[in-house]
Amino acid sequence: MAEALLEVRGVTKRFGGFTALESVDFTVRPGERVGLIGPNGSGKSTLVNCIAGTLRNEEGSIRFEGQDIGRHPAHKRIRLGLARSFQIPKPFASMTVLDNLCVPLLYAARKHERLPRSRVVEEATHILKQVGLADRAQAMSGGLTQVDMRKLELARAMAAKPKLLISDEAMAGLSASEVDDILALLFGLKEQGVAVIMIEHVMRAVMKFSERIAVLVAGRKIADGDPQAVAGNAEVVKAYLGE
Amino acid sequence: MSNRAFAPVALAVALALAAASQLVTNEYFFTAGYTVLLFVILATAWNILGGYTGYVNFGSAAFFAIGAYTTVALYNAFKAPLPVTIVAGTAVAGLAGLGLGYLTLRLRGVFFAIASLALAVVLYVFVVNWDFVGGARGAYILQPREVPFGMPRYIHLIYSVQLLMVALALVVARAIEHSTLGRGLAAIRDDELAAECSGVPTLRLKIFSAMASCALMGMAGTTFPYYLSYIEPSSAFSLSYAVNSIAMPLIGGMMSWIGPLIGAVLLGTVQQLVQVTVSSAWNLLIVGVLLVLFVTLAPNGIMGWVEAWRRRRER
Repeated sequence: MAEALLEVRGVTKRFGGFTALESVDFTVRPGERVGLIGPNGSGKSTLVNCIAGTLRNEEGSIRFEGQDIGRHPAHKRIRLGLARSFQIPKPFASMTVLDNLCVPLLYAARKHERLPRSRVVEEATHILKQVGLADRAQAMSGGLTQVDMRKLELARAMAAKPKLLISDEAMAGLSASEVDDILALLFGLKEQGVAVIMIEHVMRAVMKFSERIAVLVAGRKIADGDPQAVAGNAEVVKAYLGE
Repeated sequence: MSNRAFAPVALAVALALAAASQLVTNEYFFTAGYTVLLFVILATAWNILGGYTGYVNFGSAAFFAIGAYTTVALYNAFKAPLPVTIVAGTAVAGLAGLGLGYLTLRLRGVFFAIASLALAVVLYVFVVNWDFVGGARGAYILQPREVPFGMPRYIHLIYSVQLLMVALALVVARAIEHSTLGRGLAAIRDDELAAECSGVPTLRLKIFSAMASCALMGMAGTTFPYYLSYIEPSSAFSLSYAVNSIAMPLIGGMMSWIGPLIGAVLLGTVQQLVQVTVSSAWNLLIVGVLLVLFVTLAPNGIMGWVEAWRRRRER
């Protein structure tokens, strides 16, 4: 097995008396596509927040490419190549779509990719083409449709030139064809060697996309493995459908 | 125009205006002119933190007063000359801005605004009780008898210095706006969490922004005691500075350096006119009415309105 890109060991996160994550182990290999599923409130987003650095876990360690990043602020983690998208899109609303991408290109990609400043706009345009937003480049990002906003959210994460991209429910509430659009986008990342963690409730998409699926229930990981096997796992079925 | 080209242009305009002002003999021109220029600096400085970064500072008067009282303290201590007090006042206000910057770590929105106001009150009480700078009685600063550069009177010098400060403030604000830093600040204003997750070192940028903003406000205050020859806490900490330095960018437009300039010239001039023709008590009322009008009719200020108009025309 290749050396892990992301290695989460025994991560515990509490909010007051409530334990949102309890000793969760989770690894991602370079270029791997991993699905992370679980019922609402199972701790998926909390885990993402701990990995991305927007929350601090009380216990456990988080290593990225062998480096302990548990104490790094979020902006340092993305500069190492660990990007995320947000469940509820958070565009920089006063900027154009193109300028939205320039922020991570200037602040993150330039740090580890050595991207020259002169190529930032060209690179942003290229990413917008990839996600199909090229014709909206000069539009104000606050006025985009829901689908376009989701695409922008992913595009902005991609603009950081990550090695690992965490997509937090990028497809919730989208139509079947829109889901396919976003899936194609994420498959495209695989070709560029980017590992992806997909958090999703749209099971069709998760099953199609993931090489491996991890299941969180009430802050514990109850299954991790081949998608078909996980889908057939009695405990997982129980967690989703009840007894 | 690039940032590097803008600086000499701004400097040249300031010097030209300063040279022209040497011919003016009317005392009132300087009284009004100094105040308008003062508001241009305050509005431009406020906008670096308030407009670019999205943190509304209600304590502008305090940072202005820090500059003014640094001048008084240094004058009382060893009759420090004007250039020294300008540099020192700017630095001290910048350091105080560091404190304001750290407040942004935990406070956002209205809570930050309240904290900044509280900071101003604390400083006010401190100055009122600090005897060395005159306390509540105030302090006298004598204008030197010798006026350098062969200028007719000392007010000519103060006015010229003020013009140079305006140029500096505009150059700094514009340089920040048109840089990677400015883009980072805009990202913080739009969504701080998303900015942090896009690689923007939010805390460092916010502290820098607060320091630059407060330093420029302090700089504006350093000449104030010389302008009036007398200073006392309630005029240095006047609410009018806090209100105007927010209202002017709001009316002019907060997205670019030119907005506060337009807002300050417009509102500052109107206030001066009202003061002469109607009464000085009407000043804040006028500001209030204009604010209400703009917030409801053109929430993005004059520049925002122009921008929207231009976009409509392109379509």
